[in-house]
Amino acid sequence: MWRAGLVALLSHWRRKPLQLLTLLTGLALATALWSGVQAINAQARASYASAAQSLGETRYAQLVPMSGATIDQTVYVTLRRAGWQVSPIVEGRISAAGESYRLIGFDPLTVPLGIAPEAADFGGNLGNFLTPPGQIFAAPDAATLLQGQFQAEVISAENLAPGLLLADIATAQDVLDLQGQLSRLLVLPDQPMIQPEISDMAPMLQLRPPRQDSDIARLTDSFHLNLTAFGLLSFAVGLFIVHGAIGLAFEQRRPMFRTLRALGLPLGNLVALIGLELLIFALLAGAVGMALGYLIAAALLPDVAATLRGLYGAEVTGALSLRPSWWLAGMAIAVLGTSVAGAGAVWRVSRLPLLAAAQPRAWARASERRLWGLTGAAVTLCLIALSAWLFGSGLVAGFVLLGSLLVASALLLPVLLHLLLGLAATGAKGALAQWFWADTRQQLPGLSLALMALLLALAANIGVGTMVSSFRLTFTGWLDQRLASELYVSAPTPAEAPALRAFLEQRADTVLPIWHAQARVAGQTAEIYGVVDHATYRDNWPMLDLAPDAWDRVAAGTGVMVNEQLARRDDLWVGQTVDMPSGWRAEIVGVYSDYGNPAGQIIIGIDQLTARFPEAEKRRFGVRIDPAKTTELARELRDDFGLPPDNITDQAAIKAFSLGVFERTFTVTASLNVLTLSVAGFAILTSLLTLASVRQPQLAPVWALGLTRMRLARIEVIRALILAAITVIAAIPVGLLLAWLLLAVINVEAFGWRLPMHVFPGDWLRLGALSLLAAVLAALWPARRLARTPPADLLKVFANER
Amino acid sequence: MSNAAPLLQVENLHKTYPSASGEIAVLRNVSLVLQAGETVALTGESGSGKSTLLHLIGGLDSASKGRIQINGTDLGSLNDKGRAKIRRCRIGVIFQQFNLIPSLNVSDNIAFQARIAGRYDPKWCARLSDRLGLTEHLSKYPEQLSGGQQQRVAIGRALAPRPSLVLADEPTGNLDEATGDAVLTLMLDLVAETGAGLLMVTHSTRLAGRLGRQLHLTAGEIQ
Repeated sequence: MWRAGLVALLSHWRRKPLQLLTLLTGLALATALWSGVQAINAQARASYASAAQSLGETRYAQLVPMSGATIDQTVYVTLRRAGWQVSPIVEGRISAAGESYRLIGFDPLTVPLGIAPEAADFGGNLGNFLTPPGQIFAAPDAATLLQGQFQAEVISAENLAPGLLLADIATAQDVLDLQGQLSRLLVLPDQPMIQPEISDMAPMLQLRPPRQDSDIARLTDSFHLNLTAFGLLSFAVGLFIVHGAIGLAFEQRRPMFRTLRALGLPLGNLVALIGLELLIFALLAGAVGMALGYLIAAALLPDVAATLRGLYGAEVTGALSLRPSWWLAGMAIAVLGTSVAGAGAVWRVSRLPLLAAAQPRAWARASERRLWGLTGAAVTLCLIALSAWLFGSGLVAGFVLLGSLLVASALLLPVLLHLLLGLAATGAKGALAQWFWADTRQQLPGLSLALMALLLALAANIGVGTMVSSFRLTFTGWLDQRLASELYVSAPTPAEAPALRAFLEQRADTVLPIWHAQARVAGQTAEIYGVVDHATYRDNWPMLDLAPDAWDRVAAGTGVMVNEQLARRDDLWVGQTVDMPSGWRAEIVGVYSDYGNPAGQIIIGIDQLTARFPEAEKRRFGVRIDPAKTTELARELRDDFGLPPDNITDQAAIKAFSLGVFERTFTVTASLNVLTLSVAGFAILTSLLTLASVRQPQLAPVWALGLTRMRLARIEVIRALILAAITVIAAIPVGLLLAWLLLAVINVEAFGWRLPMHVFPGDWLRLGALSLLAAVLAALWPARRLARTPPADLLKVFANER
Repeated sequence: MSNAAPLLQVENLHKTYPSASGEIAVLRNVSLVLQAGETVALTGESGSGKSTLLHLIGGLDSASKGRIQINGTDLGSLNDKGRAKIRRCRIGVIFQQFNLIPSLNVSDNIAFQARIAGRYDPKWCARLSDRLGLTEHLSKYPEQLSGGQQQRVAIGRALAPRPSLVLADEPTGNLDEATGDAVLTLMLDLVAETGAGLLMVTHSTRLAGRLGRQLHLTAGEIQ
């Protein structure tokens, strides 16, 4: 019974291959976009996890050289002898087997617990790790590549970050050719009660406090949440297709279900068989979707990796490695999606009366009740959004607000279309026009899912497009303001800084020190910058709020300015005071925008910086000079002063780099945008095609009354065009609302800054034209089929032989 | 005289439907007996309750009152699963609209009920196809067949599991007179060959006259 029943159910798809293709493609696309994004997220998170596991050193205070790159090993010995609990680290980059690696050497005997990587358990034999030729631990892929590249034995370690090598300090010093040199010293938390001052013991070292904001996973959470939200949106749009395809197939098979029941197939068996059928499709489409998802992830990962590196300094391996959990989750989401899309249809079958008229209903009619249901659901979602807006906080509440409003807008679209088409029908003159509007209205239920998918995709496109364009416009302007100096130079060591400054002052219009220190403000690490009183800042600094005599007060040391991130995070605005390190309280006289910086930042007068933060980094300068002389000055700095080229950066190069990071950040978003829109276009095509297959009974009488098939076909295209046009127009306000939410809510929650919103009507026109073109193309195929339908087929409608 | 239960026994059957103006009685106190191998025609005007009676006997609907027994099994005592088993194993139904499965070819349509009943006999199905003149059409799909051919497929499907009772609801109602006659002849021959009982609903007194016994239903009551 089971086999025969399943064969009968599946035989439907053999006769309707296009429907099967629609169903499988929709499900595969939905799974692909979702699992692609998940693969990227999983890859990035795995990289952070192994990086954190391999190197948690930033959790500890460190002693780093004030000048130069290394510390003499004797300093370490002296400090240990004096009772300081410190542990040496040497670090450098090496090239081997065509790849660049970061090699870290540590002393396993003194390194704090939790720093020594679990991966490097030394194979249970510390002796081999410590004694020549030593061992180097690397991630499995790197270990394979590096075999035989060093005298030391290369050991594969599962949990190591990609591109990272670990070794004993002596082994690392040999490989890096840094014998007797160290990069830094970790300061252990437990120190003796009495110990000599570092400044006395090792004046060449400065203490760097532990970094609280080094948790890359936390910093990048918002970025991944954005990706996940996009994946979810694409998945939802894909499910619209699946839902439509399953719904239509079930409606068409309604007579078959009745016959099966009448011939003795129990209801329970029928429902179980339908469940089995859907499971088979879910697994098939899921497997295809996973393969597509892999390709999408592999294509997007390099850009994501570049973005994460640029924005957060997070290393993500560029090669995609797939974990069993990813496969399982992908298949599970395919099955879940199919269940969600098919649940309604299966439920209807389970309640199918055995004796009702066995005619396909094609699609449920757009009853008033259904429209009221949609309106009710939309109102409920709006209330949820309102609650999230009023009572929620954080990124998740932001996404609840955004998601609820988006779905509510989609649900309201059929209601809007119904009302508009009703109005058009009322005003229509002539029989054909009346029939056209009435017939369009009758088709709404069949097309509304695809149109809702189009609305979602268009709104997302307009919303994200507006956000990115607003961001680009603001960011470019901000860069122009912020990077006012023509040239930025750094002295190799603090000792050389005064000479460099003197050299510059002879040649430039103005030399602006860019000196800074790190300190804990309001419980978190913040950057403290000292600025000189100069028109460059007064005229250009990108202020969001400014007290009347702000710059004078900064120069006088009675006021400070904070960046937007710090202001929003700790609610510190103009007129309030902030507790600075060592008991100094300062009034906030300005808040400025500081895009792309995850950390809090404070600007104080240069005199305050030098007085209150003697350890401040004082090697960097901004140079104001006639732009035409920039190249010449850079040459002089290299040739006459001997400044390494890496220490000279011109404004254009920084801008190009910053914009490069910016563009890469949104490459992924743009790609997902295009993919989502394509899926929505596909949804329209499949809806029109499937609808065309049940349209003959409606069209045959009109044909018989004197309209040619060609004219009917043209009317079908015009209908698709009108519906798509209304959807595009409806999508614009929804998209703008989405953009506003992204800029004013999500961005503030995710990154800590708010951007002004700019509108780009040209983009909407382009997008609208593209959507209309897609709708016409989608309508052309079924219209062409209609135009070529043999009259005999249309006559069958009247012969009651269908 | 055998003490075995009759093939079909209907006792005091009532069927009512709710309506805005109260209950409407479609069948009133209907009783009938049909023995194995017997052919009975059920005639009556439109709306007299013929199809309703057939649906109740086929276990497709439930009676409001009364009892239906097939080979001694009371349909009222069975749940949906039990009634489905009776339908697939003991009853063959022939519908006016044929109700073939459009996505299965002729061969699979004929074999379908026998397969789900676990009573598939390829030789018997081949013989049925031969007798019904469908051998050349076995790989065709229903939409490629004429109305008469489709009804012959439906007859084959109903007889393939060798049911003990065949229920036919206006089996020639959609066919012209000549085709209808030919289809009925075939059906009667095959039913006789299997030894099944046949209860056929028809409008036509002419066709009804070709069956062993006639029952007339008027306003829900057997006259």
